[in-house]
This record gives sequence, structure tokens and C-alpha cells, in this order.
Amino acid sequence: MNSPRLNNFVNWILARFPLTKVWNEHLAEYYAPKNFNFWYFFGSLALLVLVNQFATGIMLTINYKPDAALAFDSVEYIMRDVNWGWLIRYMHSTGASAFFIVVYLHMFRGLLYGSFKKPRELVWIFGMLIYVCLMAEAFMGYLLPWGQMSYWGAQVIISLFSAIPIIGEDLSLWIRGDYVVADATLNRFFAFHVAAIPLVLVLLVFLHIVALHQVGSNNPDGIEIKENKGPDGIPVDGIPFHPYYTVKDIVGVSVFIFFFAVVLFYMPELEGYFLEHANFIPADPLQTPEHIAPLWYFTPFYAILRAVPDKFAGVLAMGGAIFVLFLLPWLDTVKVKSIRYRGGIYKKALLLFVISFFGLGYLGMQPPTPSATIAARLLTVIYFSFFLLMPIYTRWEKFKTVPKRLTSNDSLMNKIPLIKQVVSEITQDTVVTTKSGKTLHLKTPNPKGLRNASVDLAKKMKDSLD
Amino acid sequence: MKTLLTVIFSLYAVTCSASGKTELMHANIDLSDNTSLKRGAEHYVTYCLGCHSAKHIRYLRIAEDLELNEDVVLNDIAPVGASIYDSMISAMDKHDSNIWFGTVPPDLSLIARSRGSDWLYTYLKSFYRDDTKTHGTNNALFKDVGMPNVLWRLQGEQVPHYTLEGENQVISSLSLERPGELSVSEFDLVVTDLVNFLEYVGEPAQLKRQQMGKYVLFFILIIGFLGYLLKKEYWKDIH
Repeated sequence: MNSPRLNNFVNWILARFPLTKVWNEHLAEYYAPKNFNFWYFFGSLALLVLVNQFATGIMLTINYKPDAALAFDSVEYIMRDVNWGWLIRYMHSTGASAFFIVVYLHMFRGLLYGSFKKPRELVWIFGMLIYVCLMAEAFMGYLLPWGQMSYWGAQVIISLFSAIPIIGEDLSLWIRGDYVVADATLNRFFAFHVAAIPLVLVLLVFLHIVALHQVGSNNPDGIEIKENKGPDGIPVDGIPFHPYYTVKDIVGVSVFIFFFAVVLFYMPELEGYFLEHANFIPADPLQTPEHIAPLWYFTPFYAILRAVPDKFAGVLAMGGAIFVLFLLPWLDTVKVKSIRYRGGIYKKALLLFVISFFGLGYLGMQPPTPSATIAARLLTVIYFSFFLLMPIYTRWEKFKTVPKRLTSNDSLMNKIPLIKQVVSEITQDTVVTTKSGKTLHLKTPNPKGLRNASVDLAKKMKDSLD
Repeated sequence: MKTLLTVIFSLYAVTCSASGKTELMHANIDLSDNTSLKRGAEHYVTYCLGCHSAKHIRYLRIAEDLELNEDVVLNDIAPVGASIYDSMISAMDKHDSNIWFGTVPPDLSLIARSRGSDWLYTYLKSFYRDDTKTHGTNNALFKDVGMPNVLWRLQGEQVPHYTLEGENQVISSLSLERPGELSVSEFDLVVTDLVNFLEYVGEPAQLKRQQMGKYVLFFILIIGFLGYLLKKEYWKDIH
């Protein structure tokens, strides 16, 4: 390995490109807090899915035809006649949903541990811009298979722009390139989906990571590890990202791709959540489907849109639901970052927010009925209250004392005695004599213990909200 | 807490009001049963291909996936004159079909993916005699459908029985009034084979991906286990 030629070559490169510097700054000497937990896998997983979408997307464009007369058939051609085409297509379609799952969990981690707070406001802003780009990317990509839902989904969403006063009609015409969604729309959406937005996305991901590495990673305790440095100038509670977190992320990646492969190989449509059934019918401009619903990741916002009686106000509410997330660093001015040391008010508010998000997501998939609309309105109010009332309700919050150093994560191994104790509580030993005369010692559920355990669990859950 | 309960209750109410659709029969299909798929393909060409193309499937693909000799496919399945490289294209003219049925019969390549196999099975068994219709039949699942009951010679003629639901008369059941060439169970098998074939045509790769899936998952488990050991080894000094 130590040949002089190789050394010369490496030196030649290093004299011209700061490879070692970049490697050290961002991996080998980037010090990350040592107590990252489950929630910290989703950043690297998002990057993985991004790479997956790029690789499979490029391969799909090789056989896809962005032409209203050919698009639908070319997708089926990929599914049947292109070698391994079905695999590539399912990796891309499953990847799209996986991207949103991963990104939603990544963002929720931010809410849990206050990762958007000073000094990480820009990290959050770049992240939010990535999220908006992702939504545009998903929306435009969904038109490309040119199925019924592709077509009518795009028709509904683009027509929202026409609700804007004065310029609305012209604006939606400009976006479509035609009076209805048509070949011109498909062509431009293809251009944006495969070239324009991916470029912006890559740039934003770069900025997101640069901004993060400037200020350093937050952690489940919400403590700045840089405030506690050793004599060598290295944070005492920090460990180099490489190799520690690179090897840890291998485990996270394995678990993730296991679930990914289960969906991909056994349920690529996921009951219509990842690939809608109606999208296997070619787009027909003359036949409106009885029920138009976007894919699951847009349904919370779609429910907000429908909850507002006036169309333009609905569009504003839908946009506002995303915009309000940008303001988060300035709405939540509490110094304590992590939910571990925050008061019950924030925990309860966050729980309500999660319920409203899931509830809206569910309602967005259902056909609008009067009772559903009332529920959606209520949940919309909760959604916005979580953010907009934040400066008020956080005033009454009572915080716990934040430790000076990171607390260690409880290993799963240490929880085994506790699990054993619970198991012994909810089961009882019964001796059964079989017909052949054998005696068996069986563990059967203990109703009383089961009741006690569930009461304990409920109490613990209630306590965890204080 | 009160808001929470209200939300849960209203969601519950919404779910309840959303249900209440026609109950579908279960299609007992088996994609690994190549003889059933072959019979289904034969039925498809005999009874469906006259009007419905399945343009995304080729005879060659069927030969390969069903492990059949190409000549067998050409003789037993494909219509006379078809090449092994041809797709399943119907010979019916669109202009004519518009005059005859008032619509162009849809391509059925993906019908199993948009409707589902249970729906297709129920649909094919839900035709009944209706003298008010041009073709003399109607369908209990797909009301006023343009398609006549092409399987009537096999199935026989069904008549509907009605019940009152509020002020509307709805079909509660169908019964066989005049038996066809096949017994009820023989006819069920024909429909099952047809639905099985359509399910296969919807996604010819599905058996392959399911077979492949277990190896991929096993491989990922091994990688994950090794990754876990590696992580433990690296992290043993971190406290």
C-alpha cells in the first residue's frame, strides 16, 4: 500500500483539492453528540432515499415517454418488457412514499428535541425548503404515469391557483400550458420533475448539511456539546461522526431497507396508499372519477383545504399550514430545547398536534361528508393553534432542570429485567393434566395482573405528559 | 381532553357512515397454478378477446411465464393467425363497438389492478335477465353496464329478487332460473380461471417478485446482523 507512486499521486491530488479537509471537517473530525437515539436515523435515511430516487429515476427516464399518447403505455412497458423494469419502478414509487415517511419523522424529531431553535434556525429553514421542493417533486412526478388519479389530481391542484383573485385564471393557464391538463402540462412537469427541482433539491441538501455542520448537531437532551470542551478543544460529549455514526447508520439502514423490501416485494401498492388503484386506468379527460384523493402524504393539507368553505381562503389555509412551519424558530422562544425537560403544556400541545395531523391525513382520504367536514375544521383549528398560540401557552410552562452534561441512553439490554417483571405480572402458572396423564406447566394470561399492568401503563403515559 | 374525545368520536362517526357498500364475493385464485392460468387464457381468448384487448401482454410472455411450449400457446390460446410476438389485441373496430354497445370496451390488461380480483369475480357472476335492456341482461354489481352476459350459455339465466330498503327497491339476491351448459361449480371454476388470468395479466412480474422477496429479505437480515455486531464492536468504549 505504501508505494511511493501512490503517495505521489495522492499528494498531487491533495495539493489541488482539499479532500482531507472536507473528509475531516464533515466526517472524521465532525463531533456529534454521543447520545443519538432512534430518532436520529432519519437524516441519513432521507439521504439514502434521495440517492435511491435519483438512481431509479434516471433509469426510468431511459424508457419513459413524456407524451400524453404514450406515457401510460410506456410505464406498463417498463413494468413488463424492460428487464428488471418492475423492480426499478417499484423502488421509485415506494421510495416516494418512504421519502415522506422518513422526512415526516425527521421533522418530528426536530419538534421533540427543539432542533430548530437558536442557533439552528437556518438548518430548519433549509430543511423546510427541502420539504417544499419534495412536495413539488412528488406532485409533478405523480402526473407522469398519466393515470386517472394523476390526471385529475393535477387538474384539482392546478385549478386551486385559479382561486387567486385577478391573476388566478391566467396563472393556472400559464402553469398548465393549456386550458385543461394536457400533453403540454405533462411535458413541462417532466422537465421540472427530472431536471429543475432535483437540482434545487441537491443544492438545498448541501446547504442543509453545511449549515448543520457549522453549528453542530442537537441531541435528545438539547444541550450544546460545544459548551463543554476538553483541553484538546474537542467536545467532551462528542464522538467523531465517522466511524461511530457511520457504522451505527448501517444498522439503521438495514432495518429501513428490510421494511422497504417487504413493501416492494410483497405489497407495492400497499392497499392503494402507495399506488392508487384508480391510477391503473389511463387518464381520461372526459370522465371524472367519483372520488379524487391525493396520495397519503398530501392528505393532511388537502383536508385543511376542504375544511375551509371559501376556495381562496382554503388555498391560503393550505399554504399557511406549510408556511407556519417556517416560523417555528420564532414562535417557540423557550430556551429549553428538549421535550425531556419541557413542561406538560408543550407535551400535551404536541400530542394534540400529532392527533390533528393524523386525523386530517385520514379525513383527506375520505369523501367529504358534513360530519367529516366538521371534524376537519376542528382539527384544522388544533393544527394552527399548536403553532400560532405557541408564544402564549409556553409562558405557563414549568421546566425541569437541564443537566450540564449529556445523559446516557438506557440500553435495551438493561430493560430486560423490567420486561421479565412485566411478563411475570401479566401471566400466571397453571398446572394442566393432559388426557394421557402428563402434567404441563403452562403460562396463561392473568386477568388481574393484566388489568394492573394496563393501569400502570396508563398512569405512566399520563405522567409522561407532565 | 374534551376536545380529544370529541375528535375521536367524530372520526368514529365518519368511518361508520363511509361503509355500507355491496358485499363482494371472494375469488379463490392461485397465481402459481399454471393449468388454471392456461384455462383462463383460453377462456379469455374465447369469450373476451372478441371485444376486449389486453394489449400489454404478449403471447410469448404467457408462454414463458406459464412454462408452455410456444406452439401450445399458438394452438390452444392465441387466435388463428396470431404471431407469438403479438399482444392480445381485439379485432373489433372502435367505431363499430360504439354503435353496438354505445361505448368502446376497455382494455383489460390492468383491470385486475384497478378493480381487484374479488370485484371481477363478483361482477362476472352478477349478470341477470333484464328485458328492458338492449342485450337482455343487466348487472347487480355494475348497474346498466353496456356489456352483455357473454358467459350466459355456460352459466344459464339468473333472475333477481328484490327487497325494500327505505323507499328503494334493491336486489337482495340472484337465482338461477334456467341452467346453462355447466353446473354451478363448473361455472365457478371458469370464472375463477378467468379472474386468475386477469390478475396475472395485471402484473406478470408479481410471482417473480414474491419468490425473489424472501432471498432479498434474508440477505438484508444477514447484513443487518453483521452491521449490528460491527456497531457493538466500535461502540464498546463509548459510555
